[in-house]
Amino acid sequence: MNSSFLRFSSITKKIWMAFLGIFLMIFLVIHLGINLCLLRGDGGAWFNAAAHFMGTNYIVKVFEVVLFAGFIFHILIGIILQIQNWMARPIRYKVNNKTYTPFLSKYMIYTGGIVLVFLIIHFMNFYFIKLGWVSNPHISNGEPDFYLIAPELFIQPFYSFLYIVLFIILGFHLNHAFQAAWQTLGVNHPQYNNCIHWFGTLYAILIPLGFIIIPIFFLFIR
Amino acid sequence: MKLTLKIWRQKDAKSTGKFVTYSLDNISPNCSFLEMLDIFNEQQISQDKDPVVFDHDCREGICGMCSLYINGRPHGPDDAVTACQLHMRKFSDGDTITIEPWRAKPFPVIKDLMVDRTAFDKIIQEGGYISVNTGGAAEANNILVSKVNAELAMDAAACIGCGACVAACKNASAMLFVSAKISQFALLPQGQIEAKERVKKMVKTMDELGFGNCTNTYACEAECPKLISRSNIARLNREFMCAKVI
Repeated sequence: MNSSFLRFSSITKKIWMAFLGIFLMIFLVIHLGINLCLLRGDGGAWFNAAAHFMGTNYIVKVFEVVLFAGFIFHILIGIILQIQNWMARPIRYKVNNKTYTPFLSKYMIYTGGIVLVFLIIHFMNFYFIKLGWVSNPHISNGEPDFYLIAPELFIQPFYSFLYIVLFIILGFHLNHAFQAAWQTLGVNHPQYNNCIHWFGTLYAILIPLGFIIIPIFFLFIR
Repeated sequence: MKLTLKIWRQKDAKSTGKFVTYSLDNISPNCSFLEMLDIFNEQQISQDKDPVVFDHDCREGICGMCSLYINGRPHGPDDAVTACQLHMRKFSDGDTITIEPWRAKPFPVIKDLMVDRTAFDKIIQEGGYISVNTGGAAEANNILVSKVNAELAMDAAACIGCGACVAACKNASAMLFVSAKISQFALLPQGQIEAKERVKKMVKTMDELGFGNCTNTYACEAECPKLISRSNIARLNREFMCAKVI
């Protein structure tokens, strides 16, 4: 526990956690925007154009590195904070705490862990194909055709069910994360609190819902 | 009232404790919780048994000595009170009451239900003061304070340092306590002189003592007998950021 990284104060680590969380939440909006192009019925014109832009643009490539760093540090800091939290109470209570708290706020490490498992599966299904680490028949001119790859996954009921459940769990994670990030960054004022609360709740419902619509579309509508 | 008490018994700091079950009869619903424990202890002493050790002092909710975790809640089932202000009418006849000490690494058990809260004193020593020159008291209106800030500072200063925030927090975090102590100075002009050093040193000490990290579950605010607001934690975060960056 003596490395310089661990010696950052608890609040410094949390502020980084909040900044990275907000960055990842912005990324989710962009990702959803691209994914929803799958539903356009234009033969993949918009979706593939967006995928091509994301895969080849140099500014996006720089941001890709920032994004990966963001994910890694968000996860790493979260794990460090959680281990410190467990260590802070070596002897547990006999009677479980009955204090009222927002239910899911207590389980961020677990919802976060499940999202991490999803991320690994997601990488294997998409990003690793792009890198050429995983083979796939839908690769032309060195560029994978995700417009064909995605429906092949979503027409599998088990994969779609897993996808939907994981996005519901991500919604739970985001619901607490959004409000907690602003509190950590010191934004707490009667004038803004309601706005943050409702915007956070709306974000945590709409973003996962947007992702969930896609497997439902491929399973039942198309 | 007839009660079953499950009380944490621990001979000393080095011993391993355990829960012991006792029966208690003829308790008035108008007893305070600590009076109930007094009656129990008198019975223990009369039977030549070791009485249960627990912290208490003023018994009117202002000293912050109570530290009982009762049936899964710090200070018991009533809101915005300390254990000494809790009355037995909040329980029912025949109830089983489990009483535990505060559980946190920086709050080691001394004996039975008494914990060592020196950790809070150490945090206060790092910055819970302001610089004032000795001599005659200055004219009060020389330094003007807005009504809003004066009230917010007073609300923060209501913290009695009992440690219920740490006891309630799933992470044993002391952020609500530290934020109250930071806020009561940060909101007043007199507190500005040492503001940056204060927040940095108090947070550093809080971390070194082994308190957990705040994950914004707000159990601390829900259990605080003095209703210290979570907005103080946001203020602490702001003060800390400014002290580090600017």
